[in-house]
Amino acid sequence: MIAVPDRRIRVLVAKPGLDGHDRGAKIVARALRDAGMEVIYTGLRQTPEQIVNAALQEDVDAIGISILSGAHNTILPRISELMRAQGLDEVLLVVGGIIPDVDIPGLKQGGVSEVFQPGATTQEIVAYIRGHVEAAKKGEV
Amino acid sequence: MNKGHKAGNDVTTASRDRNPSSAERRWEGRTLKAAREKSPERHQTFTTLSGVPIQRLYTPADLPGFDCARDLGDPSEYPFARGIHRTMYRGKVWTMRQFSGFATPEDTNQRLHYLLAQGQTGLSIAFDLPTLMGYDVDHPLAQGEVGKCGVAVSSLADMETLFAGLPLEEITTSMTINSPAAMIWAMYLAVAEKNGADWKKISGTTQNDILKEYIAQKEYIFPPRPSMRLVVDTITFGARQVPRWNPISISGYHIREAGSTAVQELAFTLRDGIEYVEWVLRMGMNVDEFAPRLSFFFNAHNDLFEEIAKCRAARKIWARVMRERFGAANPRSWLCRFHTQTAGCSLTAQQPYNNVIRTTLQALAAVLGGTQSLHTNSLDEAWALPTEQAVTLALRTQQVLAHESGVTNTVDPLAGSYFLERLTLETERACYEYFDKIDALGGMVAAIEKGYPQREIHDAAYAYQQAIERKEKIVVGVNEFVSAEKHPIEILTIDESVARHQCQKLAELRKKRDNARVQATLEALGSAAGTDENLMPYVLECVRAYSTVGEMCDVLRRVFGTYEEPAFR
Repeated sequence: MIAVPDRRIRVLVAKPGLDGHDRGAKIVARALRDAGMEVIYTGLRQTPEQIVNAALQEDVDAIGISILSGAHNTILPRISELMRAQGLDEVLLVVGGIIPDVDIPGLKQGGVSEVFQPGATTQEIVAYIRGHVEAAKKGEV
Repeated sequence: MNKGHKAGNDVTTASRDRNPSSAERRWEGRTLKAAREKSPERHQTFTTLSGVPIQRLYTPADLPGFDCARDLGDPSEYPFARGIHRTMYRGKVWTMRQFSGFATPEDTNQRLHYLLAQGQTGLSIAFDLPTLMGYDVDHPLAQGEVGKCGVAVSSLADMETLFAGLPLEEITTSMTINSPAAMIWAMYLAVAEKNGADWKKISGTTQNDILKEYIAQKEYIFPPRPSMRLVVDTITFGARQVPRWNPISISGYHIREAGSTAVQELAFTLRDGIEYVEWVLRMGMNVDEFAPRLSFFFNAHNDLFEEIAKCRAARKIWARVMRERFGAANPRSWLCRFHTQTAGCSLTAQQPYNNVIRTTLQALAAVLGGTQSLHTNSLDEAWALPTEQAVTLALRTQQVLAHESGVTNTVDPLAGSYFLERLTLETERACYEYFDKIDALGGMVAAIEKGYPQREIHDAAYAYQQAIERKEKIVVGVNEFVSAEKHPIEILTIDESVARHQCQKLAELRKKRDNARVQATLEALGSAAGTDENLMPYVLECVRAYSTVGEMCDVLRRVFGTYEEPAFR
């Protein structure tokens, strides 16, 4: 068996759509970096296509979407669909922002792994991403 | 140029280090020491929400050299610490102005009528993201976003529906719109015109504060310099044609929501104000021609006294800036008139009824701080736009405050408090320090281009989040006093039928209107944008022809370009 050097977890943090509220996304990006992950923050006003292309190019382990505008039921299914089309099904997809409880089951069915609502801590998010990405990697080897 | 705002004698004299009396020192040595040994204080240090250290006790020793005439003044007298009006709320209660907007113009019109019937005294319009970003409802980037964060407005026809049956000559309207402010204001003016209202009589406010978009709210379209040109055009147009209108609401609310401290909120807002004044002066206007109609917008967060001090400091600083830095002679140019909104970012998704308490305290801070106008958030703020029930309770909060609490019975009731006056002075001093830093960077546009205010805000936001996660700051119901059970509340939902409805109306409009006229007006706008003519008359012509927000903004996108913020590292 070839020994694969440990590489740091790579996360894409993205702001899709027209929502400009980036306080949370930037805090999460920084917390993930402080926790030793490599983070690519896309900046604002990304289309689903731009997000998935970036994820592909950056070879990320996880995508974190931050969305507060109420457009999540349109944007997230589109992201999931593009991820599947690009062969990124194994990439972890998590979401943070203003997502009503009633929308969570639908999002999860569509491919979102977890939704972090207001009050979630950066530590929870770090632990979740680390835990799930590491488990997925062990699953492969 | 003599900046004239250097902290200098008056601010530092009264805020220099305290010099306790010998009686106080004896008290500390004997009584306090024994008390603390028996029962230690709950924390090592006590700070405001923003991290400003707070002493155990404030006494006259904390205001050495305090001069009531110089440091306080009378209400409506320089430096306006005590308020901008002689009688304040004894004469007229602040305007109760609930920020409203969702789904279709019909839905929002209904909500506006409802709130007026419930006793609100001013209108405030929230637009949806496509409108805010200068896209029509049928633009690909509008998918999923139409009507979700505010009301969808693509053309004058939508504005006519939005304001149907509302008495625009009797009531003031504030519109939270920034990049396309000229277009939306032109639509409002066109509606007023059609209803026979006189532009010389109508009053209201357009937010139109583009600098804070780059800093915090991020609803920019064009790059800073052409965007400033648009703001200047609206200010000069207003001064001449719509003299009772407040063409700008220089805002700190969003800066605070992005995570800044109270001092940063104050300093970046007022420094934005300084920047706007400088830009308009370069057009050759006399400062007193436009300064009386500059207005401001602050946040009211949880820390009661920090917020009150911030409001009082704001008035003192702005008065001094206008009189000394800009040489304004008209006392009305010295006034920091402001609207306040209670802090949305302080409200929680968990145990949402706790938010009613937070909003009440924050509203109290704004009132004790002397606000002219107030919006109180609804308890469902962290979940969705407000339901009718939730917004009614938010309005009732203001009404109870106004009519039952007694705080309106006298002007600036807390003046003379050793604590509050000290905190006001410290806030002023800290604000002037930020002015110096930003001046040294070359002004606010330069500071923004260097990413300075954005970085300050992010660092403050990160530190605050860490403090919460370490339980150094408590958020009731979130990191302490949590409930295992969730009691879900009913929230407002907005579905895609809004987008379909609005798209259909837009399609019909495009068929009905005189498209040749639309084209001509858009071309004229594009040509004028390449010169230094005032664009408002051109925008008005486009609007009267029923050009859309998207069409007008696309013209300007071609001429001005679009802005992308520097990468966040």
